[in-house]
Amino acid sequence: MEALREGGFDDILALCGGCCSCATCHVYIEHGPEELKAPGSDDEDDLLESSAHRGEGSRLSCQITLDGAHDALTVRLAPED
Amino acid sequence: MPVEIGSHYDVVIVGAGHGGTQTAIALRQGGFSGSIAIVGDELELPYERPPLSKEYFAGQRDAARIRIRPEAFWADKDIALLLGHRVARVDPAGREVWASVGGRIGYGKLVWATGGRPRPLPCHNSGAENLLYIRTLADADRLKALAETAQRVVIIGGGYIGLEAAAVLRKAGKSVVLLEMLDRVLARAAGEEMARFVEAEHRRHGVDLRLGTRVEALEGGDRITGIRLAGGERIPCDFVVAGIGIIPAVEELAEAGAATGNGVLVDDRCRTTLGDIYAIGDCAAHRNAHAELAIIRLESVQNASDMATVVARDIMGQGQPYAAIPWFWSNQYDLRIQTIGLSIDHDDTIIRGDMASGSFAVIYIRSGRIVALDCVNATRDYVQGKALILAGMHVASDLDRERLADASLPLKSLLAIEA
Repeated sequence: MEALREGGFDDILALCGGCCSCATCHVYIEHGPEELKAPGSDDEDDLLESSAHRGEGSRLSCQITLDGAHDALTVRLAPED
Repeated sequence: MPVEIGSHYDVVIVGAGHGGTQTAIALRQGGFSGSIAIVGDELELPYERPPLSKEYFAGQRDAARIRIRPEAFWADKDIALLLGHRVARVDPAGREVWASVGGRIGYGKLVWATGGRPRPLPCHNSGAENLLYIRTLADADRLKALAETAQRVVIIGGGYIGLEAAAVLRKAGKSVVLLEMLDRVLARAAGEEMARFVEAEHRRHGVDLRLGTRVEALEGGDRITGIRLAGGERIPCDFVVAGIGIIPAVEELAEAGAATGNGVLVDDRCRTTLGDIYAIGDCAAHRNAHAELAIIRLESVQNASDMATVVARDIMGQGQPYAAIPWFWSNQYDLRIQTIGLSIDHDDTIIRGDMASGSFAVIYIRSGRIVALDCVNATRDYVQGKALILAGMHVASDLDRERLADASLPLKSLLAIEA
């Protein structure tokens, strides 16, 4: 989430500031490691459930910690709910 | 950044917090091509406030990481940031605001997003050097600096600000006394069951929590050495954190003739009674659709952001009323607290799940309908409860109550029964 914000993607609201309390930083993992395509916790899974736009590879971007293995990661921003 | 006398912007936003910045962002997202300026009284680039007492204090995120947008964003979007300027006067007839340094800024539309100032403690030394209020980045920096050496802290006020401060300071190993004047915490924000649970959690984590306690004096003059309570007891301390609410910052609008009460009055498009002047966020007193149209103020990121969007659309001629369902969050210790809806004037509650397990929801009912949920480590109920509130689900029978109380039945399955 912070990387998207830093990169100037201003469509991302991220209202709770990245503490997994809302679902306003929703993205789809398009190209990246398989394990990134599933929610990292029950809380994240439940929050994603609140989005009318949940789809394949849906994640809350604040719950993804980027590291060297994510070099070619491609994500698409989900529409705002 | 100096303000040039005679400068004019199509939209001038006063306040660089969540609401003010989101207004500008939403205008640009919507394709608004006019000129935009944000006037803010702090020098820092716009930042998020909720992390100040949490991740920022704990050192998990520094100032750069709590910025609402990176520095380059504002110039890229042609949004002028006029920082370090307080607006001292609003002239609705001349359509300009006067910045404290003497510069005048003309506007086409004015958006008042000033939030509020922490309510000062009613005592002669409310400006003491080791007394702080957590509202700004500067406040949070003072808290960090004080906490580095000081050990004993007294927190005055058992609202969310005071409770979150208690949690982080306990986590940092400080000895914490929390004083609340009323007989429970969260009196404005939550029901009694929730308050009692939160009180017990703080006590379990070692907070000396005292209810129904009135502060008589802060002893020690400009450097507080202790708190004297109404009964005469003295609590020694190294510093004091006060969180007893905010005063909406609307004096300049009131002087300009806007109708005010508890905040500045706005209609369902966030318009004040002065032409072309909007007000949003913590300072905006509005009729809320989720509070039976009572005039209220909401102090939350959600409210600031959603009102900002309403204003941006109204400016672009795509107006629609403000009707967003309020939501709120707080993190204390290992508690993830999430609230949806407004529990104001509820007349009944149902406890869903087992409070002793640390994962449960309090369902608030007003006139037989579900109006809000406080969810503790129960994100699924928070998510699914929203639909129940929006549907105005009736709680008519004991069977309804039993089902709602049974955490093994998903809330969304209960809505299907209702339909």
